[in-house]
Amino acid sequence: MASTAAIQWRRPNVIPGFGLTFGFTLTYLSLIVLIPIAALILRTTSLSWEQFWGIASNERVLAALRLSFGASFIAALVNAVFGLMVAWVLVRYRFPGRRILDAIVDLPFALPTAVAGIALTAIFAPTGWIGQYFEAFGIKIAYTTTGIIIALTFIGLPFVVRTVQPVIEEIDREVEEAAATLGANRFQAVFKVVLPTLLPALLTGFVLAMARAVGEYGSVIFIAGNIPYVTEIAPLLIVIRLEEFDYGGATAIATLMLVISFAMFLAINLIQAWARRRFGDV
Amino acid sequence: MSDQTLQNAPAARFRRSTTESFAVRTTLIVLSVLFLGVFLLFPLAVVFVEASKQGMGAYLEALQEPDALSAIKLTLLVAAIAVPANLVFGVAASWAIAKFDFRGKPFLITLIDLPFSVSPVIAGLIYVILFGTQGYLGPWLQSYGIQVVFAVPGIVLATIFVTFPFVARELIPLMQEQGRQDEEAAISLGASGFQTFCKVTLPNIKWGLMYGVLLCNARAMGEFGAVSVVSGHIRGQTNTMPLHVEILYNDYQWAAAFAVASLLALLALVTLVVKTVLEWRFGAELATARRH
Repeated sequence: MASTAAIQWRRPNVIPGFGLTFGFTLTYLSLIVLIPIAALILRTTSLSWEQFWGIASNERVLAALRLSFGASFIAALVNAVFGLMVAWVLVRYRFPGRRILDAIVDLPFALPTAVAGIALTAIFAPTGWIGQYFEAFGIKIAYTTTGIIIALTFIGLPFVVRTVQPVIEEIDREVEEAAATLGANRFQAVFKVVLPTLLPALLTGFVLAMARAVGEYGSVIFIAGNIPYVTEIAPLLIVIRLEEFDYGGATAIATLMLVISFAMFLAINLIQAWARRRFGDV
Repeated sequence: MSDQTLQNAPAARFRRSTTESFAVRTTLIVLSVLFLGVFLLFPLAVVFVEASKQGMGAYLEALQEPDALSAIKLTLLVAAIAVPANLVFGVAASWAIAKFDFRGKPFLITLIDLPFSVSPVIAGLIYVILFGTQGYLGPWLQSYGIQVVFAVPGIVLATIFVTFPFVARELIPLMQEQGRQDEEAAISLGASGFQTFCKVTLPNIKWGLMYGVLLCNARAMGEFGAVSVVSGHIRGQTNTMPLHVEILYNDYQWAAAFAVASLLALLALVTLVVKTVLEWRFGAELATARRH
């Protein structure tokens, strides 16, 4: 970009307004995002290492983190499988109601999480619409880890579908024709030719869904039951610590979560960089 | 694959070689419809059914209750501040990023996207740390009588944070795709910067802008986690609609909780419909590339 003039920071341009818009962007970004996040990190560094380690290795904190990341991982896996299927069906097949189905996929983006939470609880509670039939067999869904996974699946689904869908649209059908001409049956063509090209997008969608699920609060707390050590997710534990005015505890857990999330964010970028090298622009 | 290449071709079946058999297609379609039906459509329907269980009278009563009304008002107020703020930011940021070349641009874009990768609870927490009674700026502000956390300003700030990237991330790829020739032509013909923006750029980006505002608004009105942390849950004062739903639900006033929730679900439905219409009609003009 700036290779023409290594000394120049910005390339000259006849369009006006750079100073104003860039200045405003930086100021607003700093005030709303950067300074508050810096305050969180500053607050964490005011803890001594022993204090931080004491909080991080607390059994209740570990249980909450394990639950948050474990349930999010499973929910993201479910979404990867079903999201891929939904994306495939939406792109490749024509059937009545397809466009409505396509629009519905974005519902978790549009529906407030608290509403999703109470609705899912009304469905899966022991007396609920579906929960009662499972209760008859002694299976509990709401107020268990299963309930948490269901809520996290709900909010993560569009991430996978919307990441994979455009890539399926762009697949060159000739590749599949070539596979068929060379004698591959449909199963082989899909699993050995098509799916590998979808893998980077699928991984990105998986990580996005998981990242969102790890931080999710509103839709989970209603269905979770919130029993310490059992069904208490990490974001809820932050809220509990705050309500106890234990700012140190809250910030330490938050920082832990942020660090792990950023690592996942980094993973997405690495996946995409790898995919670009391997498959061209994705 | 090479070992199987010389298998004799399957007997003349009139099926395209690049699609699945009818049975497989039907199974996949049915599974998809079932999955989306149970996980997405069913919860939405349940909201409306539960809301109307006690009859129309109870429904309207729940919505006209003073606490509900003040929650609705606060939600509208917060969205009316947060959405325009992020709209102005989104336009400014995308102008700076799309119309100019400068170093560190990818890093700036990453920073703009940052709020999406932060848990809503943490988004609330950072403002408590900054403005709370034990926070860095809280005591100083309180000496001037300014209360941020557990008051409306904190709710507005937390909402701005969680909806921060919506407009910008919609406009940046769109404006980058459109290039700068139009603006350069307008400027060289003597238009001022402001004229250029209003008469050249804005018409080009208006649908993308609407799209971003729509999603931003839906999230602003529906945000729960971040707002819950900074609000303090003072009934009639710092309760937004999603928080009011939670209070009613925990009070076992289920019908009332679902009545308020049904308003939010309606908002989601309207958002989805408008969004879909925008995509159908102006799909080519929107930055259709890879929105998550």
